[in-house]
Amino acid sequence: MIAGISIYEIFTLTSILFFIGIYGFITRKNLISILISLELILNASAINFVVINKYLYPDVLQGVFFSIFIIAVAAAETALAVAIIINLYRQISSVEVKDTEIMKY
Amino acid sequence: MNISYILFIPLIPLAVFLLLGIFNQQIKPAVSGYIGVLGLSISAALSYYAAYQYFFLFGKVDGVYQTFVEKTVWMNFTDTLHIDMGILIDPISVMMLIVVTTVSLMVHIYSRGYMKGDDGYTKFFAFLSLFSFSMLGLVLATNLFQIYIFWELVGVSSYLLIGYYYTKTSAVAAAKKAFIVTRFADFGFLIGILIVGYYAGTFDFQTLNAVNPEGEGLLLNWASSSFMGLSVITWALLLIFMGGAGKSAMFPLHIWLPDAMEGPTPVSALIHAATMVVAGVYLVARLFPMYYFVEGGFALNIVAYVGAFSSLFAAIIALTQTDIKRVLAFSTMSQIGYMMLALGVSSYKGEEGVGYMASMFHLFTHAMFKALLFLGAGSVIHAVHSNYLKDMGGLRKYMPITNITFLIAALAIAGVPPFAGFWSKDEILVAAFEKNQLLYFVGLFVAGLTAFYMFRLYFGIFWGKDTQYKHAPHESPISMTFPLLFLAFMSIVAGFIPFSEFVTADKVAFEGHLNYPMAAVAVGTGLVGIILAWIFYKKENDLAERFSNAFGMLYKWAFHKFYFDEIYMFVTKKIIFDRVSAPIAKFDKKYVDGTMEGIGNKTVIISEKIKGLQSGRLQDYAMFFVSGVVVVALVFIYLWT
Repeated sequence: MIAGISIYEIFTLTSILFFIGIYGFITRKNLISILISLELILNASAINFVVINKYLYPDVLQGVFFSIFIIAVAAAETALAVAIIINLYRQISSVEVKDTEIMKY
Repeated sequence: MNISYILFIPLIPLAVFLLLGIFNQQIKPAVSGYIGVLGLSISAALSYYAAYQYFFLFGKVDGVYQTFVEKTVWMNFTDTLHIDMGILIDPISVMMLIVVTTVSLMVHIYSRGYMKGDDGYTKFFAFLSLFSFSMLGLVLATNLFQIYIFWELVGVSSYLLIGYYYTKTSAVAAAKKAFIVTRFADFGFLIGILIVGYYAGTFDFQTLNAVNPEGEGLLLNWASSSFMGLSVITWALLLIFMGGAGKSAMFPLHIWLPDAMEGPTPVSALIHAATMVVAGVYLVARLFPMYYFVEGGFALNIVAYVGAFSSLFAAIIALTQTDIKRVLAFSTMSQIGYMMLALGVSSYKGEEGVGYMASMFHLFTHAMFKALLFLGAGSVIHAVHSNYLKDMGGLRKYMPITNITFLIAALAIAGVPPFAGFWSKDEILVAAFEKNQLLYFVGLFVAGLTAFYMFRLYFGIFWGKDTQYKHAPHESPISMTFPLLFLAFMSIVAGFIPFSEFVTADKVAFEGHLNYPMAAVAVGTGLVGIILAWIFYKKENDLAERFSNAFGMLYKWAFHKFYFDEIYMFVTKKIIFDRVSAPIAKFDKKYVDGTMEGIGNKTVIISEKIKGLQSGRLQDYAMFFVSGVVVVALVFIYLWT
């Protein structure tokens, strides 16, 4: 329970955060920006875990652990993604999405 | 009588075939010739021994020739219906063993000279052995299905040997023609066999042919049923006869035989004169009690008329041909017609079965003198390198042995006593006269024609004009003249075999006797033919040409074999191919294939159109995914509840 803030307000926040992430993921033209948008999506879900844990099952800590887990995985994933992007940059000297369309049919 | 050794008679040629076929490259040509001759000699010796044992020692019990059978069940369907493999020994099979091994041995010896220096020498002997194996197996078959298997095997060997000069287009075409025509006939044969299997419930010759003790009917009870006014067994017999007619080149399935002369001459002598082409006669003889008793011998009558017509038809064509091998081919067809005629007019019991005996007798003698004629023709062709009468003439000075032996064979086929053909032909005419006078007169007329065209051939080759040869022809080597002399000897003595003591319809020996008035008429007719030929062809003159011009149209027709090849071409090409097959093929291409290909093509087109969806743009995929999620979410929120 957090005084003065209802669960709906927090859900509204995380939803907004989540869809900002989706929007960014779809519309950004730069791979780094897409990666950042992805982080937003992950953060939104991490907050959801914590909040649901806090509000619904305050006597256990699984949700909190799960969000820590997400953060750890996200960090690893980001490292990987950045490595890929750097390699891609070395290959085609660009981090634009439109330049990575060679993997089709 | 222990008959198991007879199994080796066909198996030795098979072994020779396998040996020569597998080690084709390793074996030297000279050696392969010896191997072939050796194998056949053993078979021939065994056959003679078997004949001696059968006819003189063990075969006859109380005056009746017994049938010995040794077989194993190969495929079992029901208690009575099964396909066996085995050997059957009775007078006609023993007689055929003699014919096949004798002629085959002679042809093997002859081929050593004739085929000398040919590229496929070893292959040739391998095929000859394959043929000998198949033919001997056919002769010894115990049931309809076994005979059918070997029937097809001789067809294949015939195909291989006709097409032996496979670089010659005409030989390849002839081989195909022979195979397809006989195969077409064998289709009828197969249906006949299946009908017999279904209605009579057995394929076994002994069961099918079993005659009641009085000799007045068959023991076998078949499920009677009729179709278009004839019983099904009659239909089956007619269909089986169709198979026999195809193999024996009876009208109207004769068209392959003249073309089959494209094969090497020894092959023509062995397969297309002496052995394979009489398989049809043998088949009818093998089932003779059935042909005779089923529905009063309706099928047998058909056999008689087909035989008579074929013999007349072929004899007329033979008058006009200029290729010596084709003359002999038509002559073969005519003589086989004779045999069919004799079978057709025969009865079953005792002396009334003289036609059956005469047919087998003629088969025997004909095998000897016709093989001799072919081998003689081969010797001539070997010397002058041409098949055509116009390139020959006056050869008697160059080839004395061929001349004499050819003359003996021609006299034998013309029915001049005491040569073999006279005795058998006389019996045939007697049998025909007693049963059906029309057929008798046809037979007599054909006898005259036979004498005429045979001596036209003889005078044309050995007398006639003095042709100037580029290379003086010379007599053939001993390996070729020995078979000629042997067969000439057989053509002289074969007639004196008292055949009625050995081979009869009901297997009871009777004493044959010569019918003098009958014989006189037949000999007279033959002599008229010979004398006419003498006048026309002995010396070079224009009589023959004037005569053929007088006949004009008829001569032209006969020269073109009554346009039967053209009729067949018309029926098959213009009607079956163009009118039936082509529309069906078109339907198949357009609609059946079209449907299938249409489905394939449409799939390709649709794929082509939607492949853009896989753009490789990560964000597009994400967009689709998200919109999908939204749609699913909306469905669940608003519609599902």
